[in-house]
Amino acid sequence: MHRFANPARFLRLSAAILPWATVLTVLLLGVGLYLSLFVAPPDYQQGEAVRIMFVHVPAAWMALEVYVLMAMSSAVGLIWRHPLADLMAKAAAPIGAGFTAIALATGSLWGEPMWGTWWVWDARLTSVLILFFLYLGYIALWQAFDDHDKAAKAAAILALVGVINVPIIHFSVNWWNTMHQAASIVRVDGPHIYRSILIPLLVMIVAFQAYFVTVLLWRVRAEIAERKVRSLRLAQASQI
Amino acid sequence: MTSIIQFLSMGGYAVYVWSSYGVAAIVLIALALVSWRRTKAHEAELQSLQDASPHRRRRRAAQMEEAT
Repeated sequence: MHRFANPARFLRLSAAILPWATVLTVLLLGVGLYLSLFVAPPDYQQGEAVRIMFVHVPAAWMALEVYVLMAMSSAVGLIWRHPLADLMAKAAAPIGAGFTAIALATGSLWGEPMWGTWWVWDARLTSVLILFFLYLGYIALWQAFDDHDKAAKAAAILALVGVINVPIIHFSVNWWNTMHQAASIVRVDGPHIYRSILIPLLVMIVAFQAYFVTVLLWRVRAEIAERKVRSLRLAQASQI
Repeated sequence: MTSIIQFLSMGGYAVYVWSSYGVAAIVLIALALVSWRRTKAHEAELQSLQDASPHRRRRRAAQMEEAT
């Protein structure tokens, strides 16, 4: 674990992965969009509006996954004081916020024609909105402190406290009577969804994962370079 | 031509479907662009700082002296 957490090693590894991850993202998004828009059949109840699912579900999935990764990375930073773990969590937050914003916006655009309303304060929608605010709060905390270590600590604690929201989001559709439908893919009795729709959906989910890896690696590299610039400038200032 | 119009109309849900894909595209592309440009900017700044660092300069001066 520590071997990969070495910044120099990370820079070399990420430089090797990034070209592949970028190409993979573009390819998968291309294939995924083609399958979603042209190949997948219209739903017998929802018609063509069902195509919103192919961006809504992957975005919502990533919103949760990125949060869990961010919280785990924050825990590693907090417990083992690992600088790269803090930077990883910091770099992930804006991407997670972006996915959450997409999930909320597309959910609204799907809700209006299907439920007849842009928004309801049901458990699923409300808990995802809270997730969005957790991301924003996390980002704001990093900016609220001048001292890097203090910022990392405060942000990590917020991320860890917010983890309680993750199971609430996931199970909200089972625990409460929500407008939002229950899970269709991750079920004990196997997916409840036709293959013609499942395959485009899975391709889009993998495409979003590749996108996340690509942008995360860029962002962590930016954080590392920024930290080095700051310490070099400090060293120069102290020499003069 | 009619098939293109039919495709774009999305069975009457054009506004909802295309707005969804549009929002997702705008957010993802903007985030990727901003992140990539930030990375390039910081890495370039680091490079120029390292090139100009006194340690390096001294070493380079020594090399120059050796050469002359």
